[in-house]
Amino acid sequence: MRETAGERWGRRIVLTLLALFVVIPLYVMVTSAAKPLQDVQNGFTWWPSRPTLQPFVDMWSTVPLARYLVNSLVVSSIAAVCSVAVAIFAAFAVSRYRFRGRGVFSVTVLSTQMFPGILFLLPLFLIYVNLGNATGIELYASRTGLVITYLTFSLPFSIWMLVGYFDSIPRGLDEAAQVDGAGPLRTLFQVILPAAVPGVVAVTVYAFMTAWGEVLFASVMTDEGSRTLAVGLQGYSTQFNVYWNQIMAASLVVSIPVVVGFLALQRYFVAGLTAGAVK
Amino acid sequence: MATSTTAPDADRREPRAGSPARGPVRRPRGPRRSLLPYLLLAPAVVLELAVHVVPMAVGVWMSLLELTQFHIRDWSTAPFVGFENYRATLDLNSAAGKELLHSFWVTLAYSLLSVGFAWLLGISAAVVLQRPFRGRALLRALFLTPYALPVYAAVITWSFLLQRDTGLVNHVLVDQLGLLNDRPFWLIGDNSFASLLVVSVWRNWPFAFLCLMAGLQNVPGELYEAAAIDGAGFWRRLRSVTLPMLRPVNLVLLLVLFLWTFNDFNTPFVLFGGSAPEQADLISIHIYRSSFKTWDFGSGSAMSVALLLFLLVVSAGYLLITNRRRDDHA
Repeated sequence: MRETAGERWGRRIVLTLLALFVVIPLYVMVTSAAKPLQDVQNGFTWWPSRPTLQPFVDMWSTVPLARYLVNSLVVSSIAAVCSVAVAIFAAFAVSRYRFRGRGVFSVTVLSTQMFPGILFLLPLFLIYVNLGNATGIELYASRTGLVITYLTFSLPFSIWMLVGYFDSIPRGLDEAAQVDGAGPLRTLFQVILPAAVPGVVAVTVYAFMTAWGEVLFASVMTDEGSRTLAVGLQGYSTQFNVYWNQIMAASLVVSIPVVVGFLALQRYFVAGLTAGAVK
Repeated sequence: MATSTTAPDADRREPRAGSPARGPVRRPRGPRRSLLPYLLLAPAVVLELAVHVVPMAVGVWMSLLELTQFHIRDWSTAPFVGFENYRATLDLNSAAGKELLHSFWVTLAYSLLSVGFAWLLGISAAVVLQRPFRGRALLRALFLTPYALPVYAAVITWSFLLQRDTGLVNHVLVDQLGLLNDRPFWLIGDNSFASLLVVSVWRNWPFAFLCLMAGLQNVPGELYEAAAIDGAGFWRRLRSVTLPMLRPVNLVLLLVLFLWTFNDFNTPFVLFGGSAPEQADLISIHIYRSSFKTWDFGSGSAMSVALLLFLLVVSAGYLLITNRRRDDHA
């Protein structure tokens, strides 16, 4: 099927416009991170008057960025790993067994994704506060509370995507393992998981991104000690100054790991979405 | 890990569920085996119960209490007021009700427009990237970047672009192109809705692109070849092959995007801070503000429950209509 000249030009125009729309904010983020403070205070410039890496140095002392970064790293990593571990078992059950309540489980799990976060926020806030008062288990303003909350946020989508990956692994492999005397768990760990490694990694990255980017609970459920990047970056706007160059530098630094991870695995996200959404 | 190695292989190859036990000896295996999926699901179910289902039930209960700052430490002491919170917040003749209704319309317009534009950009990109050419992988990665960025980093960057005196938007419009004489405010006043919409579309469209790209991979190439042989041009192929084949993806995608956007809290919260301008006062921000600024959790919960009911009705209606249409086509 040949491409006509009109189609070729249409494609170029559409791609140029979309690329500009996407790139301009990214360009501003990168170049502004290399601007001295007076550049971002006196009107916009396309290029730094005197390119500098000073914002990347100053950003650590204007706000306790290192602490926020550690908090975000700890919370997001633990939440992602736990979420995927739980999701693996659930997805194995949904993919390989026919049991009563399977449909109900799938629908319920997916629909929790659709509920407004604000709906859980108020009750969870009260439950955490009251649980702390009653039992001394500090979930409010603690990293543990955030981990538990975040791991359930990514859980439904993780299960959904993993079911897709597991379904794409031929059952003949399971049966062969069973003939060799493997029980269900051994089949899962020695046959299905090794075949689904890229999918599992993609889902882990997705769970990590969910926690890394969460704003609502992070701004209500944290204090100075447990604050994550989502809230911490607001600290660059003080009463007297907005350190836009440092904000952009910090945004860049917190974005790079997730963007790289996502782009490296995008192929598997597409595969997971196909398997999950289309069937 | 090696469970029940003594059982005969023939037993294992049996269909997993529903087959009647053939002898009294094997009968105990049935229930034990069918327990396994439930054990595997248990951790997920417990966690979902703890963080989604129980809080939702508590939220409904809270909406029936007069839950103000005096009772937050121990909310068992809060007086039960029945549907008073609903009456107070949903009464469209009261000031609170009018504000909520305004918020609702703003949120509805925001969601429909944002999803519409996100879908339009997503389908354009997916269609033009369907054919292999040099630089395609690079563009695909670039287009996905806004979705991969943490929301606060992306929205903070936009808020920098939209600053009145130091932002790129006014620099280009006023200083470089000279289209406007005054430097408009983008984050307060009438323009704030448009700003919010643009930021939201920027964030959302890559997800639409990702899903539609995934959907297009399932369209067999022969369909296009057949259409081309029949002399179908670009638009005809789009209308008769691409869009019908994307139907299942679109059904899920549009509903999911609509629900996400309708519940969106992050974009306005980072763009405007805790109190959005009236023109862009989305419902989740509205609930957040009335809960945490005035510490009236009862009313906040009542509004949340009402919001949930609305979304459930919309989703159910949407699924019913789209399913019926799908049956008609079959």
